Amino acid sequence: MTGRRIGVVVCQCGGNISDYVDTEKVRETIEKDADVVSAQVQMFACSDAAQQDAIREIREKKLDGVVVCSCSPKLHTATFRAMAERAGLNPYQYTQVNIREQDSWAHTHDRGGATQKAIHLARAGVARTALSEPLEKIRVETLPAVVVVGGGVAGLRAALELSEMGISVHLVERAEELGGHVARWGNLFPNDKVGRELVHGLISAVRARENIAVYLGAELLEKSGRLGAFQVKLRTRSKETVELTVGSIVVATGFEPYAPQAGEFGYGLPGVVTLPEFKELLATGARPLAYQGRPVRSIAYVYCVGSRESPDRSGRTYCSRYCCSATSHIATVVNGLDPSVRQYHLFRDIRTYGRYEALYEKALRGGSVYLRYSEEDPPSVTSSDGQLVVKVKDRLLAGEEVELRPDLVVLVTGMTPRENSELTQALKLPVGKDGFFREVHVKLRPVETVMDGIFIVGAAQGPKNVAESVASALAGVSKAGALLMKGYVNLDPLVAAVDPNLCLWCEECLKACPYGAVRPVEAGDKQIAEVSSLLCKGEGACVPACPKQAISVRGYTNEQVTAMIDALAQEAA
Amino acid sequence: MTRILVFSTNAISDMGIDLAGSSHVDYPVGVETIAVPCSSGINPAWIVHAVKSGFDGVFVAADGPECSYLNDCVARTGKVIERAQALLKEDGLDPARVKTAAICSVCSEPFVNHMKQFSRALEALAIPPAAPA
Ligand SMILES: Cc1cc2nc3c(=O)[nH]c(=O)nc-3n(C[C@H](O)[C@H](O)[C@H](O)COP(=O)(O)OP(=O)(O)OC[C@H]3O[C@@H](n4cnc5c(N)ncnc54)[C@H](O)[C@@H]3O)c2cc1C
Ligand code: SF4
Ligand code: SF4
Repeated sequence: MTGRRIGVVVCQCGGNISDYVDTEKVRETIEKDADVVSAQVQMFACSDAAQQDAIREIREKKLDGVVVCSCSPKLHTATFRAMAERAGLNPYQYTQVNIREQDSWAHTHDRGGATQKAIHLARAGVARTALSEPLEKIRVETLPAVVVVGGGVAGLRAALELSEMGISVHLVERAEELGGHVARWGNLFPNDKVGRELVHGLISAVRARENIAVYLGAELLEKSGRLGAFQVKLRTRSKETVELTVGSIVVATGFEPYAPQAGEFGYGLPGVVTLPEFKELLATGARPLAYQGRPVRSIAYVYCVGSRESPDRSGRTYCSRYCCSATSHIATVVNGLDPSVRQYHLFRDIRTYGRYEALYEKALRGGSVYLRYSEEDPPSVTSSDGQLVVKVKDRLLAGEEVELRPDLVVLVTGMTPRENSELTQALKLPVGKDGFFREVHVKLRPVETVMDGIFIVGAAQGPKNVAESVASALAGVSKAGALLMKGYVNLDPLVAAVDPNLCLWCEECLKACPYGAVRPVEAGDKQIAEVSSLLCKGEGACVPACPKQAISVRGYTNEQVTAMIDALAQEAA
Repeated sequence: MTRILVFSTNAISDMGIDLAGSSHVDYPVGVETIAVPCSSGINPAWIVHAVKSGFDGVFVAADGPECSYLNDCVARTGKVIERAQALLKEDGLDPARVKTAAICSVCSEPFVNHMKQFSRALEALAIPPAAPA
């Protein structure tokens, strides 16, 4: 009993909940609990009418906390926080309780049990809310300037679009020229644009912009500060140090083509090349098609080299996405050059997704032959008297061995992450199992990182073709623009905080904090820990480290979690 | 009914648990979840408190190597679990009442399997061992 005035809404979700949970029983039970002064059932809690009801209830009954028992917090926390705010209630005194995904839908065969569970979960929500404090969003000023790291197609597009929004851009490229890989590829799928021309168009547009500064042969060395005002140090080509203050950082450092090991599918034998090498050969434009002075009359492509490997072989378990389409496209280019060149595609699966399927069909119609191999039984590439010999068990011919004697073997190599440990270190960016930079969520927040204000775009985040790299660059630009254009942002205040009465400044939390957010401050006659709410990420790594239980994450305090456990454990009446 | 308290993580494992429900895959109804920001931030005292308050076991649905906050989340979560187990032992409680596994955002099936297995394992713990003859 805390003397709080809490309102509870139990949602039926139009049957999604009430078909499996007795929502009226939940309401009736919870209404009798201490601290609960209002309990309602709604058919759709998120509907306008239901929100109006709740707002009226908050005002009339002078509620100081609200709990909505409905769907997953991922869906509607923001909706109901905004509702609380409209009613004049602090949005952090609202709690979302999940009785759909984690109750009604998970226990469809046990109405009694699911109802009891809903009561437990609702009580835990009430217990948490009863100990909630009003919290203010953290307002931080933001500077309209961005560092874009990497000047490939993704970085170039990002720089241009940011510049268009009136944001100043510092474009930092490690190489001696802008453009990244695309400049090397000659004709590109899907519409035969020439890579060099595409990139040069972007480069001249960038050069024409007054609010874009380009640094070539340069690298980002250090970063400090926070979202809205990062201090960044660059090392330029002339080994000078440049210091900048920017509101956000966009990382567009791209990928590196997979480099096969010597001997992998015959790599190292004359006439065995990688897809990038073959693309460059085609882009030089020498006709008729020849390799090292010898005419090329037949080609065997081996797909998925360095991609989709089983986890016990490498971390490259992912599909590199671009390669099936790029190779089908190359086959059509070769076909256009000389329709009599025979082309064999040794593939595992053809992943020419979406409209790229048309490339595959075009290659097929041009006479390309497709043979399907399995990872367990890969093709072998050897050489006998200077003639390449490829043997493959074709799964579509019930594993019958086929022998080819091509003039050229092209290894369809995938994408790997670029070596970028210094940058990773400087930005403290998380890296995934695959070695690419890691987003917060691949579907829901694909260009954001846990480092607020730092975005990852293009192939730096994972394998992407040009269109996908550009799409992701635009996503990053809109995220950065949204942060910077207003001049300030409001951050969630759910970060760690210290109880000054309990803290003895033993430094354990400082040692545990991965983000350097803890420092000592004087408090009366002793030192205590203080958490910077701008640097703290609220993950709580310091919480188990504290011997005094003095530090906790707001919204998940010791008292709150303990009270939630008590509420769950209590037998439902 | 065997009662299990699950600690999930807002960003990852709670979604995997949601997905079990969205796919209408049933798991034992004695399983109840509290979502926290990250498994490395769980106070071992909470785990002990849950067991003492009537939960038969506590399952930490961790982020594993997928954690977006910490590259060493697995090691840190491991320490939390070890500490909780040590505390349980001190109080004469079976450390097997705490379990952890990484649950990814689409790991609904592994989650359900863990819940079924853990539930059975806890039931077996509840039966006092037969007195030696
Ligand atoms: C053989 C091959 C053929 C392809 N063909 C096609 C095709 O036909 N159509 C298609 O759509 N896609 C194709 N692609 C895919 C295409 O190359 C990529 O989608 C594209 O290059 C991704 O652009 P990006 O800017 O993200 O990365 P990148 O092109 O890799 O550019 C990254 C840039 O960042 C710079 N950089 C890296 N690290 C740092 C650092 N620390 N500091 C500063 N700068 C740094 C690099 O020097 C580089 O300039 C092909 C890929 C390959 C391998
Ligand atoms: S796109 Fe095709 S070749 Fe490339 S990894 Fe995926 S399946 Fe293999
Ligand atoms: S670990 Fe706890 S007691 Fe020690 S300094 Fe940090 S908050 Fe204070």
